[in-house]
Amino acid sequence: MTESTRDVTDGGETVGIESLGNDRSPFDQVSETTLSRKERLQQKYDRLIVAPGRILWSDWRARVGAAIILLYVLMGTVGVWLTEPTQLNDAPRLLLPFQDWAHPLGSDGNGRDLLRLTIHATPHMLQMILAGAVFTTAFATAIGAVSGYLAGSATDRILMTMTDIAMTIPGLPLVIIVAVALEPESAWLIGIIVVINYWAGLARTIRSQVLTIRRAEYVEASKTLGLSTRSIVTKDIIPNVMPYIFVNFVNAARQVIFASVGLYFLGLLPRVSANWGVMMQDGYTGGALLTWSAAHWLLVPMVTIVVLSFGLILFAQGTDRIFNPRVRARHAKSTSDENTDDEEESTATPVGAIGGGR
Amino acid sequence: MVRYYLERLTQSIITLLAVVTLSFGMIRLMPGGPMEMMRARLIRQNPDLGMDRINRLAENYVGFQPDRPIHEQYIEYLTMLAQGDMGDSYEFGRPVVDILAEALPWTAFVMSLSLLLMFVIAIALGALMAYREGSRFDTSWTVTSVTLTSVPYYVAAILLVYVFGYQLGWLPTGGRVAHTAEAGLNGEFLVSAIRHAVLPVASFVITGFGALAVAMRGNSIQVLGEDYMRVARLRGLSERRISFRYVARNAILPMWTSFLIAIGAMFGGSVILEEIFSYPGVGYYMLQAIEMRDMPLMMGAFLVITIGIIIGVLVADLTYGMLDPRASRGGGAQ
Repeated sequence: MTESTRDVTDGGETVGIESLGNDRSPFDQVSETTLSRKERLQQKYDRLIVAPGRILWSDWRARVGAAIILLYVLMGTVGVWLTEPTQLNDAPRLLLPFQDWAHPLGSDGNGRDLLRLTIHATPHMLQMILAGAVFTTAFATAIGAVSGYLAGSATDRILMTMTDIAMTIPGLPLVIIVAVALEPESAWLIGIIVVINYWAGLARTIRSQVLTIRRAEYVEASKTLGLSTRSIVTKDIIPNVMPYIFVNFVNAARQVIFASVGLYFLGLLPRVSANWGVMMQDGYTGGALLTWSAAHWLLVPMVTIVVLSFGLILFAQGTDRIFNPRVRARHAKSTSDENTDDEEESTATPVGAIGGGR
Repeated sequence: MVRYYLERLTQSIITLLAVVTLSFGMIRLMPGGPMEMMRARLIRQNPDLGMDRINRLAENYVGFQPDRPIHEQYIEYLTMLAQGDMGDSYEFGRPVVDILAEALPWTAFVMSLSLLLMFVIAIALGALMAYREGSRFDTSWTVTSVTLTSVPYYVAAILLVYVFGYQLGWLPTGGRVAHTAEAGLNGEFLVSAIRHAVLPVASFVITGFGALAVAMRGNSIQVLGEDYMRVARLRGLSERRISFRYVARNAILPMWTSFLIAIGAMFGGSVILEEIFSYPGVGYYMLQAIEMRDMPLMMGAFLVITIGIIIGVLVADLTYGMLDPRASRGGGAQ
């Protein structure tokens, strides 16, 4: 969009071709369908959010996954606002679940309501997930895209050596050492620390994705036009690996949950009042392992984590299936057979899947 | 070919140096660093010693002299490590190397057993699912795999130790072998070692195989649809030859990256798992060291875990070059 067009359109009204046809040079002319800023935003919104959203909704995996994720988001926003934080001795100690509807999930060994404890742990968790996933994906995308586009250059070699080193350093022990050294309090910071070297594997895979498209005609065209590397990477390359990045965003989110809950469970992060990992630690040290009657103290946070993680996996798989061109192509070939619909694409799964332990 | 090996080797050495440097920095930068802690402890234990003597003793324990220029300290640290000296553990009063050398085989035992089982199960199951694509077997295992993958391995560990260790009492809840078993190649010792390893291995395998099986299934389906499969059939090759030489080989090769990642993931995961099962391996000692702020032991464990991963990845990388000739020519392994 050039300066002159912006002058014309910023007023918010669509300008017909007649009104400016006569007294302006051809260079000042804009197309008949010039849009106001609002309309442009609307169009962008349609293209970037509504359309993919509709496609996503057509896959049951994505639908169930999105519903589960939404439930947790609601829990962390509306839920916190609807329920009171729980105190010690709010309820009788070790009340079993589904006995008393004032405390549907029962209570822990200190008489705290487990449902409310779980709900009030959510916002902190969501902050960590957001911070960690955004950091991982942004960093990995930047490195993977640049090094893939410049494959073979010195920059590529340096970036990839860095990546390989980061990938080899054992994730969890490194995270533990950094966490012990820094004793982070802020949820945002913890979120980043628990996935401190998770970006490396992702950067490598993004690089290989980029390698496959960097010789594409539209990239060559931009190069011939003399566009800067930066502009080619951000305008041509990244949008084309975006679906892939999105899937990995979800996987990174899962990694944040696994690692942070694990660290809280081990008591390696500064204690917070409500966290699923802290609940597990309390249950574990409170003797929930020894008797059936206290088992729910451990089971409630465990189920909470597993369900969220299940939702994220389903969502990632659904997304991958829809956006992955290879899967789409295969679907087109085999529309007659319902069952091929079940085919898994291996690109998304292994990275996030084994990542659990890192 | 030689160049490929050299590159890989150089990379491992660079990684090792990076980790050693990190560990060097960590020991010095930690708040309330080891020097302070050691001095405080020594003063508490021997109140009548002079400050000079305390300082010298502390330096002896921590293994560095804080007043000397940093590069000299660094070189000394490297020399120390090269000689296999990681300092003494404050808590156990023994050389860190001794403690970890005793613990490492156990961690390696559990990890390699888990890796092996996980991949064998995943590859067999994935291939079967692909062959019976769309059947009830396929669908139900896909669902099961995804569900099991959603479970963090430490959650599985707690559940397993709860059910089989505490409630049913079938398997031990901690330790590496029974106290009564005598070390050596006798039946009792082996059985006891395996009984103690069952639950840790199961926690990794149960939560880990699903994702790999699903990946293997995807790979196999893709291979089954390739043109060369048709050609192979037309050539009249036996089904057996086709499934092993063509399908298995081409479907398993892409799993190699997952294997490399899994090595790191599991060695790292040993920290949590060994704590839950009180299994005295490297990860267990690392956590103990953190709780007691025993810096040499903590960094030693971190180094040993990293070296374990570097060696594992190096071996895997070099063998991959043998399995897939494309890799060593610079084409394949991305």
